[in-house]
This record gives sequence, C-alpha cells and structure tokens, in this order.
Amino acid sequence: MSTFDFLKVRRLYIDYDNLDQELLNEVIREEPSFQWCISCGCCTATCSAGNHTTFNIRRISLILRRGEIEGLEEELKKCMLCGKCTLVCPRDIQLRNVVMNIKKIVLKKKTA
Amino acid sequence: MIREPNFQYPFLIGTIFLFAYLIVRIILWYIELSKYDKLRFIHFWKTKSVWAALKDAIADGLLHSSIFKKNLLLGYMHMSLAFGWFLLIVIGHLEVMVDRRSLNFPFYYAVFYRYYQPHPDFAGARVFGALMDLLLLIILSGVALAILKRIKKQIFGMKRTTKLKPFDKIALTSLWLIFPLRLLAESLSAAYYHNGSFMSNTLGAWFIQNVRVSAIYDLSWWLYSCSIGFFFIALPFSRYMHIPTEIVFIFLRHAGIMPKKYWNSYAQIQMYSCSRCGICLDACQLYEAGVSNVQSVYFLQYIRNNENVDKSLFGCLICGRCQEACPVHINLNDLRTALRIKASKPLTFSYGYTQMALQQKTDIIYFAGCMTHLTPPIKFSMARIFNFLGEKVWYMDEDKSICCGGPLMLAGQYDSASQLIQKNTELIMASGAKTLILSCPICYKAFREDYVLPGISIKFHAVYLNDMIRQGRLPKINLGFKTIYHDPCALGRGSKIYDEPRYVIDSYSQRMRLKKEKAEALCCGAGLGGINLPIETKNKVTFEAMTYFARFKPNVLITACPLCKKTFARDRRIPVIDIAELTARAIDEYVNEQKKSVREARLIES
Repeated sequence: MSTFDFLKVRRLYIDYDNLDQELLNEVIREEPSFQWCISCGCCTATCSAGNHTTFNIRRISLILRRGEIEGLEEELKKCMLCGKCTLVCPRDIQLRNVVMNIKKIVLKKKTA
Repeated sequence: MIREPNFQYPFLIGTIFLFAYLIVRIILWYIELSKYDKLRFIHFWKTKSVWAALKDAIADGLLHSSIFKKNLLLGYMHMSLAFGWFLLIVIGHLEVMVDRRSLNFPFYYAVFYRYYQPHPDFAGARVFGALMDLLLLIILSGVALAILKRIKKQIFGMKRTTKLKPFDKIALTSLWLIFPLRLLAESLSAAYYHNGSFMSNTLGAWFIQNVRVSAIYDLSWWLYSCSIGFFFIALPFSRYMHIPTEIVFIFLRHAGIMPKKYWNSYAQIQMYSCSRCGICLDACQLYEAGVSNVQSVYFLQYIRNNENVDKSLFGCLICGRCQEACPVHINLNDLRTALRIKASKPLTFSYGYTQMALQQKTDIIYFAGCMTHLTPPIKFSMARIFNFLGEKVWYMDEDKSICCGGPLMLAGQYDSASQLIQKNTELIMASGAKTLILSCPICYKAFREDYVLPGISIKFHAVYLNDMIRQGRLPKINLGFKTIYHDPCALGRGSKIYDEPRYVIDSYSQRMRLKKEKAEALCCGAGLGGINLPIETKNKVTFEAMTYFARFKPNVLITACPLCKKTFARDRRIPVIDIAELTARAIDEYVNEQKKSVREARLIES
C-alpha cells in the first residue's frame, strides 16, 4: 500500500473532531506498556519486514494515536512477528502483543 | 446363607452408567482420529509395542512409577489408591471364586462379599481375609495422606496444590468416603459373625460393645454402595476421568500417534488424561513471578470447563518445563500450540513482498535468523570459525532476511508461517546445498519440525562445532574460564540436544555442573511463546534464573541461543557469551599461540 508511505503524508493536521481513540484505548488496555512509546523508531530500524517494504511500525503507532485506523490492519499483515522490535525497544514495549491486539480488535469490530 | 438385599442397586447403576459412558466416549474418540492414525492404531495390535504399552499402563496407570520418581510420598499416595483398589477388586473376586468354586456369580457379589458370606469356612479363608484387610488398610493410608495433602501440602515437599472446582469436590468426597465406609460395613459384619480379619474383627469387637449394631448394619452397606455408585456417576464429569483416559492415552501413544497442529480427539484424550496432580505447578517459573493462571493444570481445566482461555493461552513462555515434569507425559506444548492456531486463525498475515535474494550455489548455508542479527558478535564469530575452517559459506539472510516462521508458529499463525517456510525452502533448495547451519534454536526447531528439505542436513551450530572438534579441524585449548552452560528451551527440551554443546564447552573451559540443567534447565524468560506476558513478569523470571546461576560464581555464562544471550546480558552480574563466541575466542588464542611459537622458533634460529 503505497499510500501508507511515511514520506507521503496525506495531511499535516489532526482533525480533532474525527479523532477516534477507541482502538488506541483498547490496545492500551490489553497491553499497557504501549503508552510508554516515545516514538524513537528503534523498532522500525531493526524491523525485518521494514527491510523489504515501507512497513513502518513507528508510523503505525503514530497514526493509531492520531486515530487514523483506516488500512491499519491491512498494513500490519506484513509483520513477521519475529520479535526483534520487542527486544530492541528501550521502553520495553511488548510490540508483538500490540500487533496481535490491533489485529484482534479490528477483526472483532468488523465482525460485530 | 444368602439373604437378598437391595443395596447393590446404587452400585450397579453407577457401574453400568460408567461403562456405557466410557464405551461411547472411546468409540467417538476413535472415529474422530485421522485415517492414518486409525490405520496406525489397528496395525499397532500386531506389533510388539503392545507389550510396552501394557507395561507402561501398569507402571504409570496403576503403580504411578513416574510420580514415585518425582516425589516418594506423593507416589505412595497415588499408588496406594490406584494399585491398592485394583488389587482389592482382583483379590476380592478370587476370594469368591475360591469360596464358591465357580465363576458363575454376579459381579457385584465380590464387592459386598462380607455381607453375602457371613461364615467363610473354605480353605484359605483366613489368608484371604487378612489380605483384604491389609489392602484396605493400605488404601486407607493413601486416603489419609490425600486428606493430609489438602490440609498441609508442605509435608509432601510441594509448594502448592491444585484448586478444585465444586464438582471435583463432590467426586473427591465420595472417593474418600468409599473406603472408610467399606471398613465400617465390614467391621459391623465382623461384629455379628466374626468373619473379618485383624482389622475388621478388632473394630467389630469394639462396635458390638459400644454401638447398637443391628440399627446401623444395613444402613452401613447402603452407604457403602451409594458412595461407590455416586463416585462412578461423578467420575466422567470430574478430574477422575483421567483414570480410564490415561490408559487409552498410553495405548495410543505407543501406537505412534503424534500430536497434530490442530485440535483433534488425540488432543482431547491428552487433555482428559491430566490427573491434576499439580507437579507442573512447581516446575513453572511463572508461578514464582506471580502468574498463577497459565500453568498447564489450570489451562487444561479451563478448556475442559469451556472457560475463556485467551489470557492463559497466550501468556505462557512455552519453555516446556511442565512437559518434562508431567508424570503422564502429556505433550503440553503441542496442545497449547494447537489451541493457539485454532484461536488465532482469523488473523491473517501475508508476505507477498518478500523478494528472492540472489541465488548462490554452495555446499554450506548459514542462516543467522532474526535474533542472531540482533547479537552481531555471534554472526561475526561464526564467520571467524568458517574462515578458520576454510569453508565457503553462503550467508543466506545477510541482507533482506526472512524470518524462519518459528515465532509465527509460536503465536499460532500456522498459515502465515507456511508462506515464509515456502519462501525459505525455495531459496535453500535452489542453492543445491548439503548442509544448513543455524545459530538460533528457535530457527533450528522450526527448520527441523516444519520444513521439508530433502537431502539437506540441518545442523545446529553447536552440533557442527562439536563435529569439527571431534574431527580435529578445530583446536582443543583451555581458555582458563570457569563456565556455566545454560540450555536454551528450544534446543534442550525442544530438540533434545544436550551433550554436543557441553562437549564444545568442555573443550575450551572448565564447565561447572548444575542441579537444574538439561531437561530441568531454567528458561531465560524471553521465550517468544509469551505473547501477552507483561515485561515485569518476564524480567522477574530472568532475574530469578540469573540469581540461580550467580550462586555458582562462574566467570562466564555460556548459552547457545541469541535470544537467551540478549535477555541475560541485561542482567550485569555474569558476562554472557554464545558458544560460537567461545569457539572464536579459542581459535584466536590458538592462532596467537601458533604465531608466537613460530616467532620464538625464528628467534632461536637467528
């Protein structure tokens, strides 16, 4: 998905009227360590999938915080769950669980 | 003199219900097995494995020898109940056969024999009487121990025992009541007719003096019969279902039926075989770290009760310590993985983006794996070793690495893992290699179990190093370290490789022996199986493991897993290196010594 590229930002402002933090809150409830993210980008730097594509886990974390959840689940399909991001994270965020939970919650919403 | 009473009916109803239920259950289980498993099972009866299965069924099902090995007192408790009761039934029937000199009597006759036969006067009656009393005494001692265990588990050397659900409590109570009630009924009978032996006669003499025996005589037999009947009816719905299931499981296991990636009837049989002895609780490192709902015994209990298992399903490190400790030999890791696959089926991943790396023709491939990329010293050490050996090696995932699929498998993503497996397989097969060397146990396990690579020998780097040292291609040299070897879970318990790494380490250093090693080795706490474990818990497990190692005061802790290394390295108490790094250091030392001796030789010459 080329529209997901970090360099091609669609808009530079956050529309607070449309800010949907439900998914973020649910992910944080399931994996509290996610709130410690400082967006340092270590996870993205080490990412195996990121080596092949524009897959960018830091960006996913950022846009999730902005409440833009469109296309998120589709993008996460590239993750190989290898766990390198979890190991290098300076704030000990369990990113594998975050990825699994985003997918799970989005799926739950779709089926509901 | 045989009177016709009615109290046998509760017992009869219970027995008929139990056997009918079991027959239906076993037939259903058999139907659900796959076609090949059915063929395996049919063929099994023609092989000699039947005898091994029979031996195991007696040793594990009746004598509980596996529990004996783990814990003497606990073993005696289980044995006295199981084997004691078994003998009570067998000898009870023998006694009736000898008395009546025929095989033609109702099967419940032996159960209430003291009632039906007030005046046993056949040859050997006294011997049988004494034997039956002795057996009852042994069982009663087991019951006493069981009650004691519920009250004070420390006596058994157990830190904890399982929690019970209401239905188990009912079954447990009726089981505990059977034998005291039998004693009561037989003693009362002995009070009247003096037809018992050392125990029942003595008690009977006391009863006749202190109690109005005629008032409670029939009642006591009724109660005894009811307790058995009630236990039999409760059995299929309580944990005691493990008694018949375990026998079925032992036979299926010996027939060579293996656990599958999906939840089938064999998995169900394994689940019901759990006797909830609680031995896995003491083996689990997470219990120490404050997690008390993921342990195998509870986990299996939740599935049986159809409770929500999501949290405990993904909150286990899959280190396999419980599987090693399990006296019933249930494949706990496989059960968990099968359920994870079932639970996370709807979550899909797709890796269409992975590109083919440049094909290379080589004999040896080195697949570093994701975790080794995070611990570059291991990668460099492997390069150093290959250089020294003069091997031409293709570093398959040097750039554009693809994961092996192991972590996905641990997360239950079987279909997604298959995509990666296919990609890697294509790459490896096209290279025409003979040997694939891996330095990560998680990759090794995935390659060994889930890949089909005909003609290629998959070798873990420690095994490869061991071969090279034995062939004399790598030097043996003492680096003067005092070392400890940590068995990685996926390598030790997962792939049963224990001795090769030890040989390599012994070649270079002084290895200290630990109590918790090989199959009982500790987990580092970062196992990729633990998906939703909080980091605090993982850190606690790591800290406890490191505290254990630190007690031995080694110079270095040696491991064979990049993930273990990375995890332990956060704790600064002991420096941690990989087995490849140790070998590389030894090579450097050896090369330096060679240079030095050449220089010295030259000096002497000049």
